[in-house]
Amino acid sequence: MQFRTLKDIVRLCEERSLTIAELMIEEQVKETGVSEPEVIQQMADYYQVMKEAVHRGITEDTVSRSGLTGGDARRVHDYMLSGETSSGSDATRAMAYALAVSEVNASMGRIIATPTAGSCGIIPGVFVSSQERFGWDDDHMVLGLFAAGAIGYVIANNSSISGAEGGCQAEVGSAIGMAAGAMVEMRNGTPEQAMHAVGLALKNTLGLICDPVAGLVEIPCIVRNGLGAVNALAAADMGLAGVRSAIPSDEVVDVMLQVGRSMPSEHRETARGGLAQTPTGRKITEELRRRRQENKN
Amino acid sequence: MRFKNVFNIIGPAMVGPSSSHTAGAARLGRAARHFLGVCPEHVKIVLYGSFAETYWGHGTDLALVGGLLDYDTDDDRLPDAAEEADRQGITISFDKGTGNYPHPNFVRIIVQHGTETAEVAGASIGGGNIEIHELNGFDVRGSGQYPMLAVEHTDSKGVLADITRTLSDAELNIGFMDVDRKARSGEAMTVIELDTAPDPHVLNRILQLPYVTRAAVIDLK
Repeated sequence: MQFRTLKDIVRLCEERSLTIAELMIEEQVKETGVSEPEVIQQMADYYQVMKEAVHRGITEDTVSRSGLTGGDARRVHDYMLSGETSSGSDATRAMAYALAVSEVNASMGRIIATPTAGSCGIIPGVFVSSQERFGWDDDHMVLGLFAAGAIGYVIANNSSISGAEGGCQAEVGSAIGMAAGAMVEMRNGTPEQAMHAVGLALKNTLGLICDPVAGLVEIPCIVRNGLGAVNALAAADMGLAGVRSAIPSDEVVDVMLQVGRSMPSEHRETARGGLAQTPTGRKITEELRRRRQENKN
Repeated sequence: MRFKNVFNIIGPAMVGPSSSHTAGAARLGRAARHFLGVCPEHVKIVLYGSFAETYWGHGTDLALVGGLLDYDTDDDRLPDAAEEADRQGITISFDKGTGNYPHPNFVRIIVQHGTETAEVAGASIGGGNIEIHELNGFDVRGSGQYPMLAVEHTDSKGVLADITRTLSDAELNIGFMDVDRKARSGEAMTVIELDTAPDPHVLNRILQLPYVTRAAVIDLK
């Protein structure tokens, strides 16, 4: 890839009058030797999977394999349809859709890791709800996914997208940054505005720990995906409004890695700290262990 | 760069709930299936670290079994893999491993069909990506990102040249390569990651080479 940093992306896009998506597609073709139509088709197939997961989570009763979670997407969706919400129906719809995909994930349904399964709700939540709202066609959404991918590529290689390595900021945080930057581009913002949105979003999740109850991708992961979608929309709005990240976005990415490294292992996907070790978190873990033992006997 | 392209970030398509504990596990199971070359009759799975602690809630067990049935990470049949394996009469045991292991998500899979046995050990390193650490006790590495040719042979002069010549005659390009031997002039293993998968013809030609005792293609695409 020709770019290693978010600044590289902005420079290359400006020099050659490209969108982030166009740059990403060009680089992907060069890197893999796979033709442009095939690369675009693969992303288009992935977008269909995302839409199916949203639909499933909103229309079916999803219960996780552990039985701990499920049904919140429908709850939020019904609430949105019933009238006045606090954050507005667009943000609430994005939240419902993000919850839907994360619940489908927890029920062993089909999803796209964006960038991981633990954070798989945020991008579909933002994308599918915005597509309905603005009437965009699928081609536009697929370009948006390439823009999100370019941003994620920089974050993954300069920082981390693994909760075990860098805490939840690396998974949910990265997904929010990716969704925010892509949203700016899909709404015709400039690459520079998109990059500021990424930095603004990441600053808001810095330090977020990975503390899943019983080690499962459920509590608090699903809820964080729902709220993450709303954060992404808000960060995109800041970027489009012309708000700049006073700390350059690449420096925010770098410091995310440092913050992740200084997190104790209790807070990096081991279920030995945070919410997993609250009295209720411990009780749930114990209950699951007991049930599993019964299943074995 | 640890992540090489856009589909390492957006993707893979997978059945949840965890890219490392489910998708990665499916790919490791599938690697064992491909290494054996046929569907196994008996399977012994030894889980280590976080795999052993949290496999149940993540469906790691189902994903491993699904992989052994040659299911990809996004196969809808993954959640029912245990029933299907049962229906096919495959016996599977799960154990928690003891001793040292090189990664928090590590598994050892021993598969058997008739008199043929094969063993794969590997790690799930995040985002559905895997790293093969051992094949039949040989210390060889592979990423599973490319079709991988695994060749067992005796350690002697010219074997590698013969193998690579066969590949170049078939116009296959080598991306990465790793070799390990148990002793000088003893048994050895060569793994070669290729840009495109060798067809059965090429595999046959490799098998006919002098000193080659076993060859398999692990292709997780």
